[in-house]
Amino acid sequence: MAAISPPRPRRKLSLRQQDVRTGWLLVIPALLVILGVTLWPIIYTFILSFYHAPTGLNQVRTFVGLGNYLEMIKDRTFWETIGRTMYFTIVSVSLEMVLGMAIAQLIHSHPWGWRFLRFSLIIPWAVPTIVNGAMWRWIYSADFGALNGLLMQLGLIKHYVPWLTLPNLAMPLVILADVWHTMPFVALILQAALATLPIELDEAAAVDGANAFQRFWQIRLPLLRPAILVALIARTVDAFRVFDIVYIITSSGPANRTLTITYLTYLNTFPWGNQGIGASLSFLISIFTISMALIFIRFLYHPEETQ
Amino acid sequence: MRTLNKITLVALALIIVFGVVGCQKKQAGGVVIHVLTMDQAGLKPAEIDQIAREFETLNPDIKVSMEYVGYDYVHDKIVTGMAATPPGYDAAMIDVIWPDEFIKSGYLLDVTNRVTADMKTNMFPASWNGVTRNGKIYGMPWLMDVKYFIYNKDILSKAGITAPPTTWEELVDQATTIKQKGLVEFPIMWSWAQKEAVVCDFTVLLFGNGGAFLDTSGKPAFNNEKGVQVLTWMKKTIDDGLTNPSAISSIEPDVEADFLAGKSAFAVNWLFQYSDSNDSTKSQIVGQAAFAPMPVFAAGAAAGIKGSSVDGSSSFAIMATSRYADQTWKFLTYLASNEVQMKYSAEMLPVWQNDFQGDALAKLLAATPNNPVTVPAFQAQFPYANERPTVAYYNEASAALQLAIQEALTGVKTPQQALDEAAATWVSLAGK
Repeated sequence: MAAISPPRPRRKLSLRQQDVRTGWLLVIPALLVILGVTLWPIIYTFILSFYHAPTGLNQVRTFVGLGNYLEMIKDRTFWETIGRTMYFTIVSVSLEMVLGMAIAQLIHSHPWGWRFLRFSLIIPWAVPTIVNGAMWRWIYSADFGALNGLLMQLGLIKHYVPWLTLPNLAMPLVILADVWHTMPFVALILQAALATLPIELDEAAAVDGANAFQRFWQIRLPLLRPAILVALIARTVDAFRVFDIVYIITSSGPANRTLTITYLTYLNTFPWGNQGIGASLSFLISIFTISMALIFIRFLYHPEETQ
Repeated sequence: MRTLNKITLVALALIIVFGVVGCQKKQAGGVVIHVLTMDQAGLKPAEIDQIAREFETLNPDIKVSMEYVGYDYVHDKIVTGMAATPPGYDAAMIDVIWPDEFIKSGYLLDVTNRVTADMKTNMFPASWNGVTRNGKIYGMPWLMDVKYFIYNKDILSKAGITAPPTTWEELVDQATTIKQKGLVEFPIMWSWAQKEAVVCDFTVLLFGNGGAFLDTSGKPAFNNEKGVQVLTWMKKTIDDGLTNPSAISSIEPDVEADFLAGKSAFAVNWLFQYSDSNDSTKSQIVGQAAFAPMPVFAAGAAAGIKGSSVDGSSSFAIMATSRYADQTWKFLTYLASNEVQMKYSAEMLPVWQNDFQGDALAKLLAATPNNPVTVPAFQAQFPYANERPTVAYYNEASAALQLAIQEALTGVKTPQQALDEAAATWVSLAGK
């Protein structure tokens, strides 16, 4: 007869372990939802990018390997679109950084009405992009637009100009609308960072005879580098994926002169029903944006210099 | 106490989860059908809402939830709605250019057996052509529309012009006179933005010049001399300051806004522009708009072409995933019924051909103040409605043509070069 071993006493969890277990229990449902709505679509899209996948119910999907990626890489429209998107991104983000920094400096110097200026900055940023796009479309309207009205009253033009039909001006006009909308985001980030800088360094440099520009260039700017990096990455990634403002203002026209890479992805995925191509374009966009973020981090992130 | 708190928290989490799931339950006392349509041509949302409420009164067990979006968003809403679970819509408006794509995608329910003999016999045959493929019917005809030539009587009168043009060449002459007299800066307005609207206008002009999209063997023909002549003419009217240059970024509501502000003497648009032109809350030219048969090119007229427009009809289809096909069909039957279409005919003429004959015609003409003008205009123009190609890849093919037209209009490429490239894209798409 085998000896019956006494039941092992149940290990009592410490209070911390009990808290951890409860925490997981509460977080797991939300975690599952988040994984379901973010991770699964990413995996599904990645799989889809290797298939010829027409839109529809019960459509036959054919495995094409890297075919969708190769088709895009060989397509002239794809590279034209990438070039155009880079142009939008570089010009838009550059303007936002320069203007954002200038306004942040202005607010930081606390001129008369600086609180009102800081508050009013939030308004363009708070306006939904779709509303912003619709507003600028009206501003640019050839027959009813405020821009033509203003220029006519100033005597700068004799006839209304159909701004959005001019191939070389359409993209700069979209950029202007985007800068108006998102520049406040950059300005507020930089202004918040400026407010945290130690004033002693600035004062010491002033005592040593450094002028305002030297103090900005040699003291504040290096110290602002982490904040600039955050703003730069956030805005670059966002600008490279620009879609809604183009959709509303120009719908990629005239003659594709405002067709961006995300818009091309949308066209392939929904109106044209090429889901495989759309999925591969999505991943190509991801590769571009991650690459740009890594480049910024490589050249701008030097934590040892700001400590 | 600590254990009690944990139990309470977990219970709360479960209540929230199941509460959310529970919200998906069917509405007590009947079913709700979801219907998607456009807020542009045809009836206004308030009118369709009114029809839906009338239907609900007659059918208390069915509730109708209408959703309205601009025409340009309907297609994508259908595609995303069909990917959803439960399906986004029970029925949707289907433009005449979409059935081939949506049938191939398996989106549309075959309703052949639901169509009655009365519907088959008394609705316009053309309205059935838009939803019939290989002998099967996939929708209920709803809106029969074509592009109309609309002009401003007062402006023509002030210019000393006694009759609207019958050829596009005459239009140029009249527009030149109007411009020279300083009545308006740009006498002609079109919807030539990089959207489907520009293909509609190109269709009007192409067929009016004796051209066609495809030749008899199914190959692209819009890039032959007929098509090139049309695109060259379009560009020239802009260069000569006759067509408003903002047409290149305009869609139909922009054309209407320009015309209703009295800024153009001639416009090509769908029927809705006429009723809006007589609405004093929207229009500065009340009573000045008039229809004329769409002009054709002199060469086309010489070749025997009597008219040319584009078919912009649409229907309502039941989605293949609908759980309430019977109730949805009942609503669509009501929506397209002779009585309802007659009652709401101010902005959308009936799809019933028997309404255009005998006593019914007199009733139709008296139904709304617009009808004595719109009914004859429809009868004169609809027989010349041309179809755009019926292929499953139409949207992508159309995008290539839209780009070509814009490239030519903005001077980026010559008309021949641009149309040749679009034709090559069409050949490539057909081969896929």
